[in-house]
Amino acid sequence: MSSLTIKQRKNLGHLARWLMAIVLIIFAIFPVVWVISASINPSNTLASAKLIPDNFGWDNYRLLFESPQFPFARWLWNSVKISSITTVLSVSITTLAAYAFSRLRFTGRQTMLKGILLIQVFPGLLAMIAIFTLVTQFGSIVPALGLDTHAGLIMVYLGGAMGVNIWLMKGFFDTIPRAIDESAMVDGATHWQIFSQLLLPLMRPILVVIGILSFIGTYGDFILARILLKSTEQYPLMVGLFIFTSGEFSQKWGPFAAGALIGALPIMIIYLLLQDQIVGGLTQGAVKG
Amino acid sequence: MTVQALKQPGAPQSNQSATLLNVFLRLVLLLAIDGFLIWFALSAFGEGYTSLGIVIAFIGAGVNYIILVRDMYPLRWMLIGLILMVMFAIWPILLTIFVAFTNYGDGHLLTKVQSIELLQQERYLPEGDAAYSWTGYRNEAGEYALWLQNEAGESYLAYPGTSLIPASEAEGVGELDENGIPVTISGYERLNALQVASDQTIPSIQFGSELDGVQIRSAREAAQLQLRYVYDEATDVITNQETNTEYSPVEGVWTSSTGEVLPFGFREIVGASNFTRFFESPAFRGPLLRIITWNFAFAFLSVFTTFSLGLAIAYIYNDRTLPGRKIIQSFLLIPYTIPSLITIIIWRGMFNNQVGVINRTLDTMFGIAPEWTVDPSLAKLAIIIVNLWLGYPYFMLICSGALQAIPEDLYEAARVDGANAWQRFYKITLPLLLVAVGPLLVASFVYNFNNFNLIFLFIEGGPPIANSATRAGHTDILISYVYNFAFASGRAKEYGLGSAITIIIFLIVAVITLFQFRYTKMWEEVGEGV
Repeated sequence: MSSLTIKQRKNLGHLARWLMAIVLIIFAIFPVVWVISASINPSNTLASAKLIPDNFGWDNYRLLFESPQFPFARWLWNSVKISSITTVLSVSITTLAAYAFSRLRFTGRQTMLKGILLIQVFPGLLAMIAIFTLVTQFGSIVPALGLDTHAGLIMVYLGGAMGVNIWLMKGFFDTIPRAIDESAMVDGATHWQIFSQLLLPLMRPILVVIGILSFIGTYGDFILARILLKSTEQYPLMVGLFIFTSGEFSQKWGPFAAGALIGALPIMIIYLLLQDQIVGGLTQGAVKG
Repeated sequence: MTVQALKQPGAPQSNQSATLLNVFLRLVLLLAIDGFLIWFALSAFGEGYTSLGIVIAFIGAGVNYIILVRDMYPLRWMLIGLILMVMFAIWPILLTIFVAFTNYGDGHLLTKVQSIELLQQERYLPEGDAAYSWTGYRNEAGEYALWLQNEAGESYLAYPGTSLIPASEAEGVGELDENGIPVTISGYERLNALQVASDQTIPSIQFGSELDGVQIRSAREAAQLQLRYVYDEATDVITNQETNTEYSPVEGVWTSSTGEVLPFGFREIVGASNFTRFFESPAFRGPLLRIITWNFAFAFLSVFTTFSLGLAIAYIYNDRTLPGRKIIQSFLLIPYTIPSLITIIIWRGMFNNQVGVINRTLDTMFGIAPEWTVDPSLAKLAIIIVNLWLGYPYFMLICSGALQAIPEDLYEAARVDGANAWQRFYKITLPLLLVAVGPLLVASFVYNFNNFNLIFLFIEGGPPIANSATRAGHTDILISYVYNFAFASGRAKEYGLGSAITIIIFLIVAVITLFQFRYTKMWEEVGEGV
């Protein structure tokens, strides 16, 4: 070994790390490759799935978009719609609240910040019963906000807008020097002017990150949507895909795989394109454990 | 920028009129909100949703306070968020806490008032003097009618579901025979003695309305139905009029002195008995210790494995000279980019004992087929593997960010002092990294401690623990155990007990979270005070 030059040792190190990387990458993408192969395998059961299918075909994809039993395109659209609206509204709520927490001083401020975190760690499973009852009652007074409506679901999602993201966002507000708004304040600017004209433009990058994280979180939610939406037409994608797994799951492996791929694709693209920005946002706080 | 416009001399004045406009707009807004909330609260009370009405009223009071009181200005920035948070986050939590102290669940779903109302709908046929003699009629559709005569000589016509009709007002009554009984009633045929004797249906039909119900007691007699249960508010006792048995409420069930119970139990505050049951009942104690041990082990192992692998990858590939580094990282990030619900289900299919790809591969290569979903240890191993796959990219991202923040000259200095690679990692990298990543490790522990989705979607807590009095599985963690009490189909729901366990879980994670506060930057930032 000692006879190797520094350059040779370095190359050897690279080679070892590449070999290790290949093992890790196999572990990382194996399920994905598996699903891709299942999705283009026309014999669509779990038992007949093979890594390299005997014959290729788009039957599973065609089934998704043509079968009246599974309105897949509708589910996808529902997911995008619900997640987008929730994201825009919840980022607005979060940003306004984070400004107040960062720039204004009031009694109960620290308690509220801690309380928000404690609410987040409360195991919400049984609170679902209360939420279900609430939305049912809302619906009998204002039918547009009741069970089986997207508006009702979004409203419940927004109840969680005052969450961990407030910490994240407040952290970023804190990094902007207060001297900026203090000088504007001296010139007679109101808080609203400082917020909307000075700080908001500076916050644009992090708003995008928090928006993406919020979108992904809503997109991936399953339990709330499952409880509050009743009709197949109203389901978002995750709930719809879950239907595939009920009953003789192993018999519907092919269509499930195709649906899973299409469903995962938008998020995968967002992640891989915006990797660096998201990493920056994530390191500021735990968003996904 | 606009800030410059504010520097101009005219600014203060326009500011003042802006303030006036501001006040005016605020009042209009407040009136609109108040109008809506009052309408909403009144509708809620009108529909009988008392608790909803109270919350709305409470929120309304808070909104007015925040908008009208000057000191509350900061909270105006988060008004909508606060309203929604109170409604859909805090209120359900408070209800869960309340329910933990009640016996709410199957058999105790109703309020006490509702249970009394339901019991008071029950009627019975009293023994004793005949109230009526009767004659039966039937039409072609198989519907029945009765002609009733009481001792005072008054006659009535009775159909099921409508009040008794006095003979004088009855329509369609045909000619009367010598006993004053109609031969026909429009559409209905009179039944003769033989038909009556062989008819199985007519004795079970309740004629007349709920208030003056009449039922046949024998071939000749019919009688007015009586209230079976009478509630006495003063003594809080329900009495069965037929048997004279008295029932008093015992833990939400109407119980007689001999231990007989009535249907329609009601929910009642039972104090801490859900909690004591949880800790003391032998039925729980068996699986409980296992579940709690596994819950902590699962959370710890999850954090340990995901962090270790994530850190290892970040450390090994944190080398800008390595060709293709970016591509490797992108590939290794893939598990994180797919919604976990989807990947958990995919893994479930892959781990299938008979037809899953893992066992088919193992079978071909080594001739073994481990029973992942049957053997408890293998099931736990599978869960840890799946969670490792799901979770390591997060720590890979976090650690590569944190590693780049560690100054290079620290390593240089260590190298000069003769530290080898392992020492440099162990003495410099790890301590510095843990400072930055520590809070996230705790957060990840808390998250995994309640990782219901993984346990439930992957294996539903199975395989079941044999001989357990309550339904519990070897891979159940507390939160999935709670699911069995509250939502699992085919067994009695016990929301009270489920809520009590939820509170216990919350106390555990709250202590961990608050403990974390003490040692993190977050705490300092909040505490900065200014």
